[in-house]
Amino acid sequence: MAAVAPGAAAQPSPSSTQVLEVANLQTYFYTRGGLVKAVDGVSFSLVRGETLAIVGESGCGKSVTALSLMRLVADPPGRIVGGSLRLGSTDLLRLDEAAMRDIRGNRIAMIFQEPMTSLNPVMTIARQISEALMLHQNLSRGAALVRSIEMLHLVGIPEPAQRAKEYPHQLSGGMRQRAMIAMAVACNPEVLIADEPTSALDVTIQAQILEVIAKLRRELGTALILITHDLGIVAETAERVIVMYAGRKVEEAAVGRLFARPLHPYTSGLIHSIPRLALMRRESGPADGRLLEIPGMVPALSNLPPGCSFAPRCAHASELCRREYPPYEEKRPGQWAACWHPVVGDSGG
Amino acid sequence: MGAYLVRRSFLMVLTLFGMSVLIFVMLRLVPGNITDIIFDSAGFVNEKQKKKIEQQLGLDKPIVTQYANWIAGLAKGDLGYAYVSEKPAIDEILPRIPVTAKLAVLALVFSVLFGVPLGVISAVRQNTALDYCLRVVSLSGLSLPSFWLGLLILMAFVQWFGWIPIYQSDPGSLWKEIALLSIPAAAVGFRSSALLMRLTRSSMLEVLRQDYIRTARAKGASDQVVNYDHGLRNAMLPVVTIIGVEAAFLIGGLIVTETVFNIPGVARFLVEAIRWRDYPIVQNLVMFIAIVVVVVNFLVDMTYAMLDPRIRYES
Amino acid sequence: MAALDHAAELEKAGANVSSRFGAMLFLARSYPLGAIGAVIMVGFLATALFAGAIASFDPFTINARDSLAPPGGAHMLGADFMGRDVFARIVYGARISLAVALGATLLGSLFGVSVGLMSGFIGGWFDLLVQRLIDIMQSLPLLVMALVMAASLGPSLTNTIIAIAIPLVPSVARVIRSNTLSLREMPYVEAARAVGMSELRIAVSHVLPNTLAPLIVLATAQLGSAILVESALSFLGLGVPEPHPSWGRMLSESAAEYVRTAPWLVIFPGIAISAVVFGTNLLGDAIRDMLDPRQRC
Repeated sequence: MAAVAPGAAAQPSPSSTQVLEVANLQTYFYTRGGLVKAVDGVSFSLVRGETLAIVGESGCGKSVTALSLMRLVADPPGRIVGGSLRLGSTDLLRLDEAAMRDIRGNRIAMIFQEPMTSLNPVMTIARQISEALMLHQNLSRGAALVRSIEMLHLVGIPEPAQRAKEYPHQLSGGMRQRAMIAMAVACNPEVLIADEPTSALDVTIQAQILEVIAKLRRELGTALILITHDLGIVAETAERVIVMYAGRKVEEAAVGRLFARPLHPYTSGLIHSIPRLALMRRESGPADGRLLEIPGMVPALSNLPPGCSFAPRCAHASELCRREYPPYEEKRPGQWAACWHPVVGDSGG
Repeated sequence: MGAYLVRRSFLMVLTLFGMSVLIFVMLRLVPGNITDIIFDSAGFVNEKQKKKIEQQLGLDKPIVTQYANWIAGLAKGDLGYAYVSEKPAIDEILPRIPVTAKLAVLALVFSVLFGVPLGVISAVRQNTALDYCLRVVSLSGLSLPSFWLGLLILMAFVQWFGWIPIYQSDPGSLWKEIALLSIPAAAVGFRSSALLMRLTRSSMLEVLRQDYIRTARAKGASDQVVNYDHGLRNAMLPVVTIIGVEAAFLIGGLIVTETVFNIPGVARFLVEAIRWRDYPIVQNLVMFIAIVVVVVNFLVDMTYAMLDPRIRYES
Repeated sequence: MAALDHAAELEKAGANVSSRFGAMLFLARSYPLGAIGAVIMVGFLATALFAGAIASFDPFTINARDSLAPPGGAHMLGADFMGRDVFARIVYGARISLAVALGATLLGSLFGVSVGLMSGFIGGWFDLLVQRLIDIMQSLPLLVMALVMAASLGPSLTNTIIAIAIPLVPSVARVIRSNTLSLREMPYVEAARAVGMSELRIAVSHVLPNTLAPLIVLATAQLGSAILVESALSFLGLGVPEPHPSWGRMLSESAAEYVRTAPWLVIFPGIAISAVVFGTNLLGDAIRDMLDPRQRC
């Protein structure tokens, strides 16, 4: 197991185990409303078997980041305008479309949010899993079918041989998401991106699906990028967290450190707006146990304020914040943030 | 599937029943009764003769009885009496059906052959020059009145060959007949193919926006596979139902085109019957058209059900 | 990644449009076909309104000397069998087409909207009945239904409008009904109900305005159909009667014969019909694309 234990260096130095390095990724949308910098200079790296969570409110650019990694951003209106995406030794942004297709579903795979609509309604489950296998591993139809059934078994679908012959609408939401996962990991990818994999599911099924993903990651050694707005899931699943706000990375740390001592007021706000966590940690906030909310709304990405994008909603914002975007720096060992006035002191209990 | 078949059959019978009532009522919107009109156009009124015809048509009976008699007659194949030719109507209608049927099938083949592939190409190449061209062509196709298109074709034949492709009642061989019919069929089919192309295009575009298309791309499938395997397979389902809509659209085209090309089919006979004000015949012909449309739509729905796993495996 | 010219890209996407004229220009550039359609429709409207000023001949004057005069000479587009000026008849014919298209579409929409709204709001047996009736009416081809209605009602301009309007009702009713059903579930409608607004008030002030977009799309498409059906009815001699200069009627008078002897009598009215219908179709498509956000980008 090459997984980095929680609490280890959050920003691993480039090493042989590093599978993905994203540097200064910029994905812009050219719309009638103006230039939308959906992802603006995001960098991170990923080592083998690691789980990295990207969190933020909807519209913060986390899903566009995921689609950018697959180079699946719809053009027009979107386009990756800068940065580099290194998978092993290849820069994905330099590949032509045919070479990129060999990567997709093979070395990087993705689990989408909506299991209801993300599976083709007129193809059997087996056929949809086989497709990636036949494309990337040159399996025959028969061999691909056998492998598909194995995959269905692996993700915990009962009677996989029977289910394989069925169509998506014959499966429950949880089963469909399992099938979707089987499809994504069929070719044993180096990087698995899960974009809100459980948001569309019942709470009772969410835990099962997360367990399946965690198990596969352990068994296959896949690095996982988990995109979610649910900090509960992050706390349970991830090792390292990136917090995004308005298209930029505002904080990054190992999960324990981030939850214990958030630096960015936005991160702190996110953590305090979660009932379960606040209770679990029996801490701070107002003494009467009320939840804190983050006032205001995510600003329109086409019309960002000149300084820190969070300043209009931030209690600690100063003149400096409104004037100049803060540098992204290591404020504590292993904990980076972009903030002029990071939350100081130990907010933990 | 079984339950669906039963439900759908019931619905078809219900529609046909409602249709017969609607047609019956529509043709009685005319002030006065049919005999008045027949005699009006004849230009003289002989009270005794009028009474006799009224009796023959059963117009002296209550309206509900009239309706019941009509339906009973339809069931027995008794379609009444054609006044102009003084023959039983069934003898006028039956021999005209094969010509119209051949023309309709040819036109449908023409429209499917052109409409579906061009619609798919237009969608896949959305917003390219080719897409724009195809869209303009299909829109202009829908903008030409089909009778005018027929007239233009006739004019072209006169201009270039000095000859008009007139349908002969005994064309010799089937192939010769098909060759003769293919010209009016193209006139009807051009408009239908334009409609089919537009509907295919939008159906295909709708499918290409779906999440599962993105999933297919994420698997590394090529554009070919994504468009034609994942996309077309889903887009063809609505296209099948569109062909049902086409059937109704086609009949409108047949009516004017048979008139322009002077083809002795049922569609032109309807216009003639209306001109002669032979309302019993009109009533039966319209009912016949309705039955054809409803049955075609029923068959289309059954095909759809067989193609769509979501209905096929309905529990 | 080559450096991109953000300004140029944004210009293409239509940002930085400020004035109303600029917005129109942008629309015209994004929907060039729609702009052509709009120009055709404006031309058609102007022709119908100012027919007297455009045509130098009276469309009704019979002149035996000019019978079947070819285009060129005094009659720009030739003259028909009765020596009436074809150009004048086409120009005045725009009025008939406009009257029929607008009349039938408005009448059909009015009925369709009322029936669809009621069906969606009352629900129950009424809705079932209306749905079946819509199914039944849609099983009859538009032209067949219009033919039968026209034959029943007898030939006149008003009757032609009614005969075309009735077959247009079901598709409007169906669209409005399905929209009403989904709008009824909207939170703001529920809220209006919660504060005690009457169903009628909700239908008129909350639901109706929101069905406007699909109605406009449908109505534009129906304008074209109405013109085509009118021309077919008149061509078959069952539409607008003489001496009204209906484009379809102009084509009917032994058209097959004139194909050989006087092609101008066949060509020009047909061009008029096709051009106007083409215009409505172009415009309708552009409006649909504009109002349906999924079609964009």
